[in-house]
Amino acid sequence: MHIPDGYLGPPTYLAAYAACAPLWAIAARRVRQTLSARHAPLLAIAAAFSFLVMMFNIPLPGGTTGHAVGGVLIAIAIGPWGAMLSLTIALVIQALLFGDGGITAIGANCLNIAFLMPFTGYYAYCLLSRFFPSDKGRAFAAGIGGWVGLNCAALTTALMFGIQPLFHTAPDGRALYSPYPIAVALPAILLGHMVLFGVVEALVTGLAVHYLQRSRSAWILHSTAGEAAS
Amino acid sequence: MKEFRVLWITLLVMALASPIGLYLPRLMKAGAAWGEWGLDEIKHMIGYTPAGMEKTADIWKAPVPDYAFPGQEGAPLSHLSLSYILSAFVGIGACGGGGYLLARWLTGGGGKSRA
Repeated sequence: MHIPDGYLGPPTYLAAYAACAPLWAIAARRVRQTLSARHAPLLAIAAAFSFLVMMFNIPLPGGTTGHAVGGVLIAIAIGPWGAMLSLTIALVIQALLFGDGGITAIGANCLNIAFLMPFTGYYAYCLLSRFFPSDKGRAFAAGIGGWVGLNCAALTTALMFGIQPLFHTAPDGRALYSPYPIAVALPAILLGHMVLFGVVEALVTGLAVHYLQRSRSAWILHSTAGEAAS
Repeated sequence: MKEFRVLWITLLVMALASPIGLYLPRLMKAGAAWGEWGLDEIKHMIGYTPAGMEKTADIWKAPVPDYAFPGQEGAPLSHLSLSYILSAFVGIGACGGGGYLLARWLTGGGGKSRA
């Protein structure tokens, strides 16, 4: 799901950077206002955590590989804006040091993985938690949130790939950037994420929340709006 | 820092276990992630290399491409695993360091504790 250099034309990746810039600014401001000193180290731990989660490549036998991200779990722990900053750090390090995701595509990848994933997943979690407020219900809601978040990111990633032939096709019919249209990109990317990678994301998210609820670190799950600032 | 000990240990265990992410795809004969092919692979798939892609694909030379340290191309999986684990630790250091600096900056130098 990390878009490499060369797959997106300049209009797409520049627009993605332009969309991310104000989001990063809002994230910094919101985190400054709401992150308690107690939660602050989690920003670093979360960035490293998602970096590691993304190293665990999961194969679709005989097909492509994918991986979980941990983005919704992080959003539940430090809030979706904090998650956006943590995931951005992980994505930038991956692109700069390891060539995982392009540098021209950092804006696009951040929009999909660092913004859309934690926000959609977090709000799905909040919504479901209202109906299932018990500890078990919340762990379940977290799992569903993980699945929703990863698949939303997969959907927008597929759309970014898929619109390239519309914008950039040479007169001879050859693609200039990513060659596959939406009709190919969408099922190719979404299927794996819906049936396998998203399920792994759901399990990781749900089980981690379940474990945290019972551990001495349960305070991590109650982050929002700085109630720890007493 | 004490209350974060469990979390740091979790990261450590994950880093040591990371080669699972290298072995599993090989074991199941899975290829690259969709849309993350190299130029050769693209050429093989559609018969040509898209012109714009050719120009921008190698715009950036990552020091540790694909979590394998330089000189490891075609090295046995055991060597690549070591490289992978080392990359995991570099990643923990870089992400942790970046996150720490950002948190310090956002919470105002870390001098005054609000908790």
